[in-house]
Amino acid sequence: MAESICRALRDGALQGELAPTLTIKDNINSPFGFHAFSHVLTQLSSNILAGKSQSRGLVLLSFSRSPAYYVQLLKKRGLNVGSSAKWIQILDCYTDPLGWKQRFMEGENVSNVDQEVSNLSHLCTNVGDMDKLFSSIITLGKAGFVGEGTVRFCVAVDSVTNMLRHSSISALAGLLSSLRSNDSVSSTFWLVHEDLHEEKVIAALEYMSSIVATLEALTPPPYESRSNVDNSYLERRSTKGRFHVRIKRRNGRVRVISEDFNVELAGIKFTSISSEDAVINQVLIPKVQFNLQLSEKELNDRARVVLPFEHQGTGKPIQIYDGRRSLSESKDDNIPLMSNEKGNDDGWGKGEIVYFRDSDDEMPDSDEDPDDDLDI
Amino acid sequence: MDRMASNLLDGAIGFDDPTNPSPLIGRLLLVEDCVETSGAFVLHHLLKRAFSSPNSSNAVIFLAFSQSFVHYDRILRKLGCNLAAQRDNGRFVFFDMLTLGCSGEKTRSGKETDEGVLVGLYCKIQRAVDALIQENKKHVTIVIDDISLLEVAANGSSNLVLDFLHYCHTLLSEVGCSIIALDHEDVYMDIKRPLSLQLEYLADVLIKVGPLATGIAKDVHGQLTVLNKPVEGLQDKLRNRVQNFQFYIKENGTEFFYSGSRA
Repeated sequence: MAESICRALRDGALQGELAPTLTIKDNINSPFGFHAFSHVLTQLSSNILAGKSQSRGLVLLSFSRSPAYYVQLLKKRGLNVGSSAKWIQILDCYTDPLGWKQRFMEGENVSNVDQEVSNLSHLCTNVGDMDKLFSSIITLGKAGFVGEGTVRFCVAVDSVTNMLRHSSISALAGLLSSLRSNDSVSSTFWLVHEDLHEEKVIAALEYMSSIVATLEALTPPPYESRSNVDNSYLERRSTKGRFHVRIKRRNGRVRVISEDFNVELAGIKFTSISSEDAVINQVLIPKVQFNLQLSEKELNDRARVVLPFEHQGTGKPIQIYDGRRSLSESKDDNIPLMSNEKGNDDGWGKGEIVYFRDSDDEMPDSDEDPDDDLDI
Repeated sequence: MDRMASNLLDGAIGFDDPTNPSPLIGRLLLVEDCVETSGAFVLHHLLKRAFSSPNSSNAVIFLAFSQSFVHYDRILRKLGCNLAAQRDNGRFVFFDMLTLGCSGEKTRSGKETDEGVLVGLYCKIQRAVDALIQENKKHVTIVIDDISLLEVAANGSSNLVLDFLHYCHTLLSEVGCSIIALDHEDVYMDIKRPLSLQLEYLADVLIKVGPLATGIAKDVHGQLTVLNKPVEGLQDKLRNRVQNFQFYIKENGTEFFYSGSRA
């Protein structure tokens, strides 16, 4: 349901509500989170360019790729980047995130970035300072596209993982939640590598997002099996995976949808769960002539059956025969359990084993010696 | 072409494509080895590869944390490549971190912080790259041997190592360098190994070197797994492909073969 994600981000925030937020997370077995991120980015960009979305512009925090890369990417997808409209602003946290270059290359022209890219990007040399980052995002958005009053813009972060290297989770959560609640932000989305962080960090990010998209591999990691067996199978499947989306509605309802994805040369492609798998699922359930499972009534009935040699504790204290009591006493104890002759009257009440004698020829069980009439 | 052209490893990385003689431009190649099987031979092989091509626009910047220049020179000489001559030509820049890290840095500003050491090192790399580009060496490869010792130089701060690598990574996109790094996988076995995982995310090509799965054999020294991430501009047949093969290290080179195919 990649489309529904893009729609939710496109439609933006209602007045007085938090902006819709998307977390994309992947892991090393299926490291295609960036492909999904760029898919969402290009979809949203084309919506912005077509004027279909609530937002009029996009601020991109680039941590893991250079601004030139994004300009190339958007151009390749046929989006007009170099226009005077300036609908996209890139906060460049990639080139010099800690100011090392600035420190040593004073005055020297370090980069040979072309004019087009440098028009759109703004260098940030201290990414650890969340307050500064926040104010520069808002400044970029307001100066770039928010003219009067109610116009909003989107914020995209291409790697929360890299941000977390330079700041604590609480500082980051502060930044992200103040972005969500800002009046001029229409929607936000970010990418995080799940297995590089503690669970609580991922949980914190998921709490702050209305949509969580997870990329999962269909097969176990290819390089863990250290043999050549099934190699072709791994080669074929390794660009594919499953895309799980969890959407939290405003009223608290949660919807979970899954899709298949395949990373192709032109980008990531989403398809509904393939019919091939559906067929496999059907085949896996065996067709048999008897019930594998009991109905509820049958389960209740079975639970009521009193097993003959089980101490039931029906009101009376449980007595275990210790071999010293008289025989008559122990006979009385046996009667409720071994109700072999009159059991069919009250059988429904508590569940008992019912035993019919086959014929009158058969003698009831007794302690008599069956051979005592033998005349030897 | 020379004998190396038919090599399985070269094929797996994409060196056999005549239309693209330097497939590693703008990519990061990570070699992960373990205690039982050293992956250093992959570095030597790629080093030789960089110098053996007739293309004289290749240059290498080598950050040696684990061995001295003499060591690499001896090995590469056996492989038929004279590192000392390449260094004199200006195509091979060698940073001997064994001595540089301890003494050279501190004399300049008295006392150097851990970050300062790496910032200084990055600055030197950046200057060297700029100088090489000036000399019309279009394709510069930065080789790091190895990441674990780089972490030691950073006083155990993996964040600092990642920052350093990030800065090196900016050179990939800015001037079309490539990075080849060796990492020891089992150093990070017990902890949840965030550093080596981070590196795997960062890498475009991942080569895992390990001992033979079926045990020690006389004529097989170990096996390699090569994984190419699906980046643009890569040959179609290599996209996200996993290739497994085995190797046998000789004095003057390494033989690569599919399992069971060695005579």
